[in-house]
Amino acid sequence: MEIKVLGTGCKKCKTLEAVTKQAVEELQLDAVVEKVEDIQQIMSYGIMQTPGLVVDGKVVLSGQLPDITLMKGILTQQQSK
Amino acid sequence: MKTKRIITLILSLISWVIIYHYLKPISDFIVDDVFKMKAETHLTESVRFFIFEVPKVLLLLVLIIFLVGIVRSYFSAEKTRKALEGKPLFVGNIMASLLGIVTPFCSCSAIPLFLGFVEAGIPVGVTFSFLIAAPMINEVALVMLVGLFGWKVALIYVATGLIVAISAGYILEKLKLQKYVADWVFTVKSQQNGLELPQLTFNDRIIAGLTSVKEIVGKIWIYVLAGIAIGAGAHGYVPDDFLARVLGADNWYSVLLAIVVGVPLYSNAAGIIPIVSVLIEKGVSLGTALAFMMSVIGLSLPEIIILKKVLKWQLIAVFVGVVATGIIIVGYVFNYWVFAV
Repeated sequence: MEIKVLGTGCKKCKTLEAVTKQAVEELQLDAVVEKVEDIQQIMSYGIMQTPGLVVDGKVVLSGQLPDITLMKGILTQQQSK
Repeated sequence: MKTKRIITLILSLISWVIIYHYLKPISDFIVDDVFKMKAETHLTESVRFFIFEVPKVLLLLVLIIFLVGIVRSYFSAEKTRKALEGKPLFVGNIMASLLGIVTPFCSCSAIPLFLGFVEAGIPVGVTFSFLIAAPMINEVALVMLVGLFGWKVALIYVATGLIVAISAGYILEKLKLQKYVADWVFTVKSQQNGLELPQLTFNDRIIAGLTSVKEIVGKIWIYVLAGIAIGAGAHGYVPDDFLARVLGADNWYSVLLAIVVGVPLYSNAAGIIPIVSVLIEKGVSLGTALAFMMSVIGLSLPEIIILKKVLKWQLIAVFVGVVATGIIIVGYVFNYWVFAV
């Protein structure tokens, strides 16, 4: 699994990165979490609100900060696909 | 689970109404009978103001942010962009300003939003209308204004904020300033598949409302407390009409002074409005106070610094100039023609 956290460095983006990493760890997923801070790269995913979350090239969240339970749900759902 | 949530919501709403209704007697009881403070002293009046206003404003904030959170779940930056695509200039400015009020927006997303709009072919001026209205007219500002001044002033604020956003965006477009947008902006290409938004049930929307209460109130309660504390101090100690001489309507430069002080100041609505309410109580005229409030909330250095990434300095200067001029006009109009609100 390839997970990207899109964000220019605001507080929400950092929190999202932390929540993502926590979820990956707790679910013991085989995943790489990468932070994308370059605005042009962020825009290439077609989102208009940061932070964004991209799983295997697909945008699953934009402008939203999920709690750990919801994040685990999202990742589990993406994994089973 | 679902029924339990509905029952909890209804019970909370009932207790909200009861507490709000009895706030005055409760706060008087605390000040006069629990603290046993001497009536009519400066300190007593300051404490009374604080103990009454803090729960009042917090109660209003929780309810309105909850409702706005539900309303906002029907909007998104993506839908707003779609609505604005291909709209002619003036109509586009009006729609962008109105959508700016209800679309969820955080100033940290100003850049991706700007890029997303421009990429969709929405005129830069229309995009500016959105970016001016979104931070300036928001639910927190509205709640604080209703709570401390009443409906009339709140509506005036919304109306004048809209006028500033619409006309500033329109003028910026007419000035043909596209060449001052950073060049790389126009080369950004995004995948067209983008984001598929999930269908929300009403239950999801209620959760969205609760989440926004937790998020926003959790972030601003400290500003509310600080703002009301400063307001309470001034309420008790600053003599009435003390500020009338400097910042009253008779002084022609009061509006200009308010903006010069207001633009570099950065606070959110929650912190600045209790202070503004006391300024008015002490004799500052409504136009001057409105101008001050708009320049603090609407024009902020942090947002300008964020926008510096996509705009050249010439455009930023014109942007600040046009918005500030709009605010100045609003200030004078209120000082001279509609003073008796």
